Amino acid sequence: MARMKFLCDADRCIECNACVTACKNEHEVPWGINRRRVVTINDGKPGERSVSMACMHCTDAPCQAVCPVNAFYTTADGVVLHSKDICIGCGYCFYACPFGAPQYPRVGNFGSRGKMDKCTFCAGGPEPDGSAAEYEKYGANRLAEGKLPLCAEMCSTKSLLAGDGEIIAQIYKERVAKRGYGSGAWGWKTAYRETISS
Amino acid sequence: MTTLVAALRNVVGALTLCALALAAQPAAAQQPTSVDPTKSAVSEEQLLQQFKAIQGKSRIPDAKSYTLEQPAGQNWRHFHEVTLRWIGAIAILGSLLVLVVFYLARGMVRIEGGRSGHVIVRFNAFERFVHWMTASCFVILALSGLNITFGRSLLLPLITPEAFTAWSEWAKYAHNYLSFPFTLGVILIFLIWIAGNIPNRVDVEWLKRGGGLVGHDHPPAERFNGGQKMVYWIVVLGGGAAVVSGYVLIFPFYGTTVATMQEAEMVHGIVAMLFIAAMLAHIYIGTIGMEGAFEAMGTGTVDLNWAREHHALWLEEQSRQGAADPRAQPSAIPGD
Repeated sequence: MARMKFLCDADRCIECNACVTACKNEHEVPWGINRRRVVTINDGKPGERSVSMACMHCTDAPCQAVCPVNAFYTTADGVVLHSKDICIGCGYCFYACPFGAPQYPRVGNFGSRGKMDKCTFCAGGPEPDGSAAEYEKYGANRLAEGKLPLCAEMCSTKSLLAGDGEIIAQIYKERVAKRGYGSGAWGWKTAYRETISS
Repeated sequence: MTTLVAALRNVVGALTLCALALAAQPAAAQQPTSVDPTKSAVSEEQLLQQFKAIQGKSRIPDAKSYTLEQPAGQNWRHFHEVTLRWIGAIAILGSLLVLVVFYLARGMVRIEGGRSGHVIVRFNAFERFVHWMTASCFVILALSGLNITFGRSLLLPLITPEAFTAWSEWAKYAHNYLSFPFTLGVILIFLIWIAGNIPNRVDVEWLKRGGGLVGHDHPPAERFNGGQKMVYWIVVLGGGAAVVSGYVLIFPFYGTTVATMQEAEMVHGIVAMLFIAAMLAHIYIGTIGMEGAFEAMGTGTVDLNWAREHHALWLEEQSRQGAADPRAQPSAIPGD
């Protein structure tokens, strides 16, 4: 079984935000929610760096651990998914998530956030694969169709990699060896408790 | 002739090029094989060592998305999943255990003189209304709060996930909305009983003599004894802390960040667990722990002998004001 992961090669990210747009469009993500975002550190200054970030589908995911109603589950592929029918919108996953992935339709005064929404690794939710109910709640299930997440698939510089952790780590290692530098796999230490040594 | 000159020029040119290329070779060998164009850029490791969270900018008009990473979430997770559960379990089960052991050892604290049959007003209708408004809110707040920490382990295995979600969602809304009457109750409790709850020397003496909980001692007390004053300040200060930290969570991102809310949840959780443990003792002594105590908040009146044994100084003061007849004795009651 594959262990699905994301890897953003920050040395290649040009902050084009196409991954953000592709995600929003592919899943008809509601207004105000962005399952993926590009964060630019030191924007416009020397040493600027951009990283594309979404749910990292952590090993031993913190969101899953703190959820008071057990709405999360990890698939055999290591993708962390959740059930919007079980979610009560308490916000705890947002407190625990190191990557700010969980989001809610509303600001949430008096606990009225609504059902949590986050990146599904294009793998839908608990409903039958490819069903209308699944699409409405979680968006497209590309994984069930044998496709990888769209954000990474259409990344113009191939900065964002998605797929089996070992394979994308190998691609990244080869890149770093060839070009002679690499800023490391951002978030991997926090999400997977491992780093890619080149 | 011209062709010869042209040919010579070509040869000379070619030789010069070769010489130049040869001369340039050692220099080219010294050049790095590659250049790191992002050498000066920040690294994840360095940022995480420097800051609690990695902040940047994004094109999305949502300031929350500007935080790239906040590993503190893992610490909060550990607090919520491990630390808080231990605090809650030890405080609440510990409190229950102490109460059970105390009840088995001491039993109900009786009115030693028996009931006199004469009563004195202890809490008026408004005071009782404030008490029960706060108390009923507290019970629902406590149960719905405990559900968030322990429900998944204790209740979810017993019912379906859908039923647990339905209950938890109602519990969440109850928790959020009942916080308002609870807050009002805490404020009113603070105001209406502050006069009788300033600690003084009588309390020191009362505490020294164990509050009369052990043996048959009845250390004198004013309207509120040392123990009741402790309950008062636990409600006012603990309730106040729970209320403030709770409102931070009810109104997310009003001048707060994820870090603020993590801290607020930690304060809220710890205070709430200790609060519940303390209130168990309060409920115990107000019900099965002491004869004649419940009616103070029930009907609002207490038996004169109860008042004499537990609040002698208060009874004296009341009788000076003519609120009660302290001469009433159990023997004076027909049929006693």
